[in-house]
Amino acid sequence: MNAKYMFSLVAVIVLFLLAYAGVEGAGLHVLFGILIPYAAIAVFTVGFVWRIVNWAQSPVPFRIPTTCGQQKSLTWISPAAIDNPATNGAVVIRMILEILLFRSLFRNLKFHFNEGNRFSYIWEKWLWLGALAFHWAFLAVVIRHLRFFAEPVPFWVQWVEQLDSFFRVEFFTDFLQIGLPGIFLSGLVLLAAAVYLLLRRIIIPQVKYISLAADFFPLFLIIGIALSGIAMRYFLKEDIVGIKEFTMGLVTFHPSIPANVSGIFYVHLFFVSVLLAYFPFSKLMHLGGIFMSPTRNLANNSRTQRHVNIWNYPVKVHTYEEYEEEFREKMIEAGLPVEKEL
Amino acid sequence: MADDLLKPDELLARTDHRPPATGWMDTPVNIRKGMYCYAANPKSVEYLSLPYARQWNPVEDDWKLPENWKQIIFEGIRDRLDRFRSFKIFMDICVRCGACADKCHFFIGTGDPKNMPVLRAELLRSIYRNDFTTAGKIFGKVAGARPMTAEVLKEWWYYFFQCTECRRCSVFCPYGIDTAEITIIARELLNLLGLNIDWIATPVANCFRTGNHLGIQPHAFKDMLEFFVDDLEEITGIRVEPSFNRKGADILFITPSGDVFADPGTYTCMGYMLLFHYLREKYGFDITWSTYASEGGNFGFFTSHETMKRLNSKMYAEAKRLGVKWILGGECGHMWRVIHQYMDTMNGPADFLEEPVSPITGTKFENARGTKMVHLSEFTADLIKHGKLELDPSRNDNLKVTFHDSCNPARGMGLLDEPRYVIKNVCKHFYEMPPNTIRENTFCCGSGSGLNAGENMELRLSGGLPRANAVKYVHEKHGVNMLACVCAIDRAVLPPLMDYWVPGVDVTGLTELVANALILPGEKERETNLRGEPLPGMEE
Amino acid sequence: MASNKQMYDKGKVVAGLVIFVILITFPFWYNLGKAAPAPELKLTEKAKAEKVCVMSKEEMKAGHMQLLDIWRESVVRNAERTYVNASGKEYSMSLSNTCLDCHSNKADFCDRCHNYVSVSPYCWDCHIDNPKEAKK
Repeated sequence: MNAKYMFSLVAVIVLFLLAYAGVEGAGLHVLFGILIPYAAIAVFTVGFVWRIVNWAQSPVPFRIPTTCGQQKSLTWISPAAIDNPATNGAVVIRMILEILLFRSLFRNLKFHFNEGNRFSYIWEKWLWLGALAFHWAFLAVVIRHLRFFAEPVPFWVQWVEQLDSFFRVEFFTDFLQIGLPGIFLSGLVLLAAAVYLLLRRIIIPQVKYISLAADFFPLFLIIGIALSGIAMRYFLKEDIVGIKEFTMGLVTFHPSIPANVSGIFYVHLFFVSVLLAYFPFSKLMHLGGIFMSPTRNLANNSRTQRHVNIWNYPVKVHTYEEYEEEFREKMIEAGLPVEKEL
Repeated sequence: MADDLLKPDELLARTDHRPPATGWMDTPVNIRKGMYCYAANPKSVEYLSLPYARQWNPVEDDWKLPENWKQIIFEGIRDRLDRFRSFKIFMDICVRCGACADKCHFFIGTGDPKNMPVLRAELLRSIYRNDFTTAGKIFGKVAGARPMTAEVLKEWWYYFFQCTECRRCSVFCPYGIDTAEITIIARELLNLLGLNIDWIATPVANCFRTGNHLGIQPHAFKDMLEFFVDDLEEITGIRVEPSFNRKGADILFITPSGDVFADPGTYTCMGYMLLFHYLREKYGFDITWSTYASEGGNFGFFTSHETMKRLNSKMYAEAKRLGVKWILGGECGHMWRVIHQYMDTMNGPADFLEEPVSPITGTKFENARGTKMVHLSEFTADLIKHGKLELDPSRNDNLKVTFHDSCNPARGMGLLDEPRYVIKNVCKHFYEMPPNTIRENTFCCGSGSGLNAGENMELRLSGGLPRANAVKYVHEKHGVNMLACVCAIDRAVLPPLMDYWVPGVDVTGLTELVANALILPGEKERETNLRGEPLPGMEE
Repeated sequence: MASNKQMYDKGKVVAGLVIFVILITFPFWYNLGKAAPAPELKLTEKAKAEKVCVMSKEEMKAGHMQLLDIWRESVVRNAERTYVNASGKEYSMSLSNTCLDCHSNKADFCDRCHNYVSVSPYCWDCHIDNPKEAKK
């Protein structure tokens, strides 16, 4: 079992060494700083679109929402309007709750096998909380990074930064000084949540049993991204003006390699590039898939409105005529009406 | 069968939820007695013109597969990826978070890790990755891919016939991945090689020929219902007159044939007859049964989408032939998923029918205006709400009732409060099971989707354990002695489940309770309920 | 059956993809046609004349915020107001009186980099007493 996460851990370490040695040793700044990032963003964008188009090329033959509450039927029975949506508007709300708040994961119940052969299903929210923290922190981190990719920095990026540094964490001793530059919570939450998600894959026996190397790899990679980012901001004090000049060069298609930027920056950039390029070919596509999941994005109105299956084809049926043909005699004898007398 | 079974305590003691030391790809399938259903009778497969009808035995090494079976599976997967977005997306986006793992009644009951919904799906996903994804082709096992082998095929067969398509996992999945959908597709693939189970194949063949799963021929169907007429006369003093295949009736009634055949479903069937008689006497209600469409259930649904459509076609065909206005459907679980989510799409549009209106209350069933088929619970709840039924709930006073939501009406439709409303109006003592085990969280009976055979009793009892455990809770806490349900498979399988895990709890359909409480015009003083048991206060 | 590879629910899917691509390419179109080189800092005459800051230029660039943090701690908590740098020179630990004495051009010195990388230090929440610089 260890093989699965060791494989992924080793893969991420190899990626680290590749970038670090490639830049610090072999001087491949252009490769790791310019070519790979451009390639990665291209692969990500094209790959993502291709995957969605590929999904869209398969039709949705049947209306199969998972209904999670009372249907809309008799007027005096109040329906679960969102969990069992009858209209497209309600579906939109259901999807928003699913995508932004992980509604379904919030339902999670943990099964316990208790003394005296009693079972219980306990309200279990850690996975929901961990997943929510992970995704929202990741989003905050991505938005914050736009300060390197936009000039002037848009006001909404600054808002996110201000929100993110709302808790002014300052800690001052002779040995350790924390607080300047200001602490961004999102980076730490991202790291902590990724570590939590990793640990549950290693510790919980059933989750460990179902986990593939492909489940550990992105976690290690994201932990690597978070660690290298935190290291640069709080400890290495990379030249961020130089870095922004570099990133702005990338997005304005005038790339140039910055002076005085350490190998860790290239490691960070390489990790992100790998994550982007890996994204469309992996389970990370759940980002796009959630929008297209037929058990969630359809209204439960299939008895009200006809849903057309594009490939519906005629099938061999056993007609009433064939049926009566076989049983006519017995039917007449039993006094059942028939179409054709004997 | 029962002789080989372990005692409940022994079965529980043996259930261990810790995964084995070997990885799942390296743990070969062990097709164990008591956990699988017999192979399809070739005659049934042949009758349906489905491929590769042959005698084969799951526990033998040689499954007599066609030479090019791998090619058939490969093409079968490709074809279904092209036809079902659900399949494609569910193959691609699972992150293996494990939220579904302990939601499956079969995993809870057996502890077999391959009964975790995620792993059940991975059995198929691993082949999909190997044959259809770049990552799988390049990285193989590391990316969770493995090549198709006879061993894998056997594993599919064993575990996709250990899923009852109940959709409980889908409720908890953050992407709504529905194992039922995956199982449906996997069973289609298995059927391409003639690998059905007999408990599905033979009812399907029966249904195709005679109109019902049990193979009851038209005259016998009429006989059986008339047998109930006699019973009802004895109990109520009233002779009801069901009509069959009658053209020009207002409404066509279709219910699972299980209700005609076996206790306690028969009492529900008698309940239907009594209710319809009452409505006819009082309000001129005009309904007919059909022998051609004498099956509400649809085991074709457990075979393939195509077979489902072939069997389901009879409902609209018969409604059209008889010239009824709309269709009323009896109490059945998967029947209602098929009607609600598939029928109009497959065999509609039902433009020859009228938008359903209750002839008694005038209520328009807006929610059924497309499909034109109304659930009996919706219909009855509406009658009660409008005060159209004269009821004496005290006749059910000896019962302490709880309600089991069937999987399909709960998670593929949302029929939750209608039956509860009915129960509360015909029984005085109603107790809900714990909230995490009812409504959309309901646990399967453990025998749905065609797994209600006799030879797989250990599987059924294991799978039904979570449901039974919740019943046990209300049985001990409130003295519940009656488990009500709106599903014919439930009525067939819950009694042995209760006998095994919670002795002292009986099973009933909803309409049996209604009929017991219903005061018929001109009836004699009833001394017994529909089961022939003395009514409360009538005990000697 | 679906061999002609058309897209289903095309309108919704394409709309979603357009939004996705717009979001993803934000940095490219937002900065279209703009060049955004690193800002050039203006040194006042006084700063030019001084030649060296309390630490080297590189150290100051990376660590000025931490130095100020240390200074504040020393002054406010320990009442020590004198800083001795590596070359033995003494400075008064004061943002207003030492730093801003030379770098009196906040807008052309401090703000340029801070704005470029979107940093809004809270120094200026209090230190508004430099006569040459009005509170923004």
